[in-house]
Amino acid sequence: MSHKWGLVVDLDRCTGCEACVVACHSENNIPTAGEDQAARGRTIQWIRVERTWEGDFPNPKVRFQPVLCQQCDAAPCEPVCPTYASYHTEEGLNGQVYNRCIGTRFCANACPYTVRSFNFFNPKWEKPLNLQLNPDVSVRSVGIMEKCTFCVQRIKSAEIQAKAERRELKDGEFTTACAQSCASKALVFGDLNDPNSEVARMANSDRATKLLGDLGTKPNVTYLERGNWQDGTNS
Amino acid sequence: MERTAEQIEQDLLRPIFTTSSRYMIAVTLASCMVLAGVCALGYQLWEGIGVWGINSPVFWAFDITNFVFWIGISHAGTLISAILRLCNAAWRRPVTRCAEAITVFSILIGAAVPLFHVGRPWLDFWMIPYPSERGIWPNFRSPLAWDFFAISTYFTGSVTFLYLPTIPDFAAVRDNAKGLRKKIYGLLALGWQGTPRQWQRLEIAMHIMAIAIVPVAVSVHTIVSWDFSMTLVPMWHSTIFGPYFVIGAIFSGIAALILTMALLRKFLHLEEYLRPLHFNNLGKLLLTTSLLWFYFTFAERLTTWYGNSPSEMDVFWSSIRQNFAPIFWTMVVCNFVIPVPILSVKKFRTITGTAIASSTIIIGMWLERFLIIVPALDHKYLRFAWGTYRPTWVEDTLMASSFGMMALLYLLFSKAVPMISIWELKVGLQPHGGGVITTAPTKRKPRGLVLEGPLPTDVPE
Repeated sequence: MSHKWGLVVDLDRCTGCEACVVACHSENNIPTAGEDQAARGRTIQWIRVERTWEGDFPNPKVRFQPVLCQQCDAAPCEPVCPTYASYHTEEGLNGQVYNRCIGTRFCANACPYTVRSFNFFNPKWEKPLNLQLNPDVSVRSVGIMEKCTFCVQRIKSAEIQAKAERRELKDGEFTTACAQSCASKALVFGDLNDPNSEVARMANSDRATKLLGDLGTKPNVTYLERGNWQDGTNS
Repeated sequence: MERTAEQIEQDLLRPIFTTSSRYMIAVTLASCMVLAGVCALGYQLWEGIGVWGINSPVFWAFDITNFVFWIGISHAGTLISAILRLCNAAWRRPVTRCAEAITVFSILIGAAVPLFHVGRPWLDFWMIPYPSERGIWPNFRSPLAWDFFAISTYFTGSVTFLYLPTIPDFAAVRDNAKGLRKKIYGLLALGWQGTPRQWQRLEIAMHIMAIAIVPVAVSVHTIVSWDFSMTLVPMWHSTIFGPYFVIGAIFSGIAALILTMALLRKFLHLEEYLRPLHFNNLGKLLLTTSLLWFYFTFAERLTTWYGNSPSEMDVFWSSIRQNFAPIFWTMVVCNFVIPVPILSVKKFRTITGTAIASSTIIIGMWLERFLIIVPALDHKYLRFAWGTYRPTWVEDTLMASSFGMMALLYLLFSKAVPMISIWELKVGLQPHGGGVITTAPTKRKPRGLVLEGPLPTDVPE
């Protein structure tokens, strides 16, 4: 059975701690831009926790929303790439072939979620961070677009392991770095084609919504939200 | 004042055989601007695109603005000159060559922008479909791949369209030159002898090119607009963009043509050839396109506002009321408020008047492209991902140097080629404005045209 990887983000559980962001950075060799460049919109973040405020003082409410590549089935970023650097993998991921990327940045403009990051400069790591690079993930050079891969290196190694042991992949056998580090279990990763997986069960929840779902991009990231959870009222 | 065929040839060949100090100063200035651009480009290639002001989410800004602007300017020539040729408008004769040259050079500049705006310009050749060990073709679903083919087709067509009617003039230079210059122009003239058969073939070739280049020109700017409208970005995803861009391109193209003609007239002393009539007629075309541009802008803005889609309204208000409002209203003033009164009153439709209107239009149309690109990108759907944009000195320098590049290429061209088609003017000397071409009735191989009669005075309107 082919896999269809998906992620569920339970907004009612997210505390906004940003552990997922840190985990993603160290798993995927994402460089930090530095204060000056970050202020100019040059950060590279495959997952970011967005904050929205509602209401005024003295009763402001803040909501956290982890935003990452939605791995759309009908991805606007894919057809616009003139060199096939962004393409659709057989398992439904939005692949990004770094070696094919010439850096037109068209995919980033076409993406309605603004989750694609560009390497404006060659990446640098302050010592001793240069010693913690993940050998399973390539380091991207200047002029290349990059984005969340759903930790494709973990997917591949789990698949290879299962194949070597001549068995099917089990649900929960592996997960992405962000989901692994999520203390409140707001992020759940798995195979949507497996009806018994936790992610498939949660994605069918009546709290499920898609980010900008009406654009028709068919995201594989599902957000769960009960509404005014801070008031204690249910939807 | 009447000019004979000999005088025409003398007048128009003069810039090729003599060089003034003013010309040298102009070339030096333009070269300095180009040099500054080369330095900025080198710095950008060395450091990365990060030396520009672009960021996430504004991934395109000055670069693509300049690209659309220059490809737009390129519609000056080929399209206008092709249409005027096809309509057999007799007054076009002194205008066509300047227009076609603008086209070729502005396509060159316009096409260079996207080649250097990418993150890894040294891999640009991956846009070319050729069998390679990588086994991958360009993605023909990408509007950028369409751009690549549309612009290269347009460039090839425009160069041919510029070259064909220049052949007899290259022969004229050849016949007046000595030494190495004679050899070079001999090669360029492709053995032109001016036989009736050659004339006939030239006429047919030019006619085919004039017909073929019109759809190509229209398609080029339509495809450029599709870089934007094929995406889901609010205010980009619009069906009006194709024709809107084509009209905008012709609009800025005519403005560039008028401005160039005014400069050529002054600096090459072509007062006898580029007459008020030409500026008057082109001024009317400019007025028409200005009104059309306003109509398209109005239609685009009104339907957006009436539809009131939240994501589009964010872009809409940001451009007309909030941070981009000064740029938007400057654009409206430059493209409509100033030019329309100047161009619609006959008294103001003079050389100075049309040149003033053209200058504001050039500025306004550059701003228009900027306003199409940047406000939409920094106001995409998710509010928390909104951004802003400010150019750096590198982008400013590159933009300024693109104008310097245009000036330099044009100056060098005017040194090498008569800026007004000599033979077409001579054809115009004939009683009915030409059409039939006669050759010298001599026994030796006919070398040039022998035509008699006065240059027609301004054609009545």
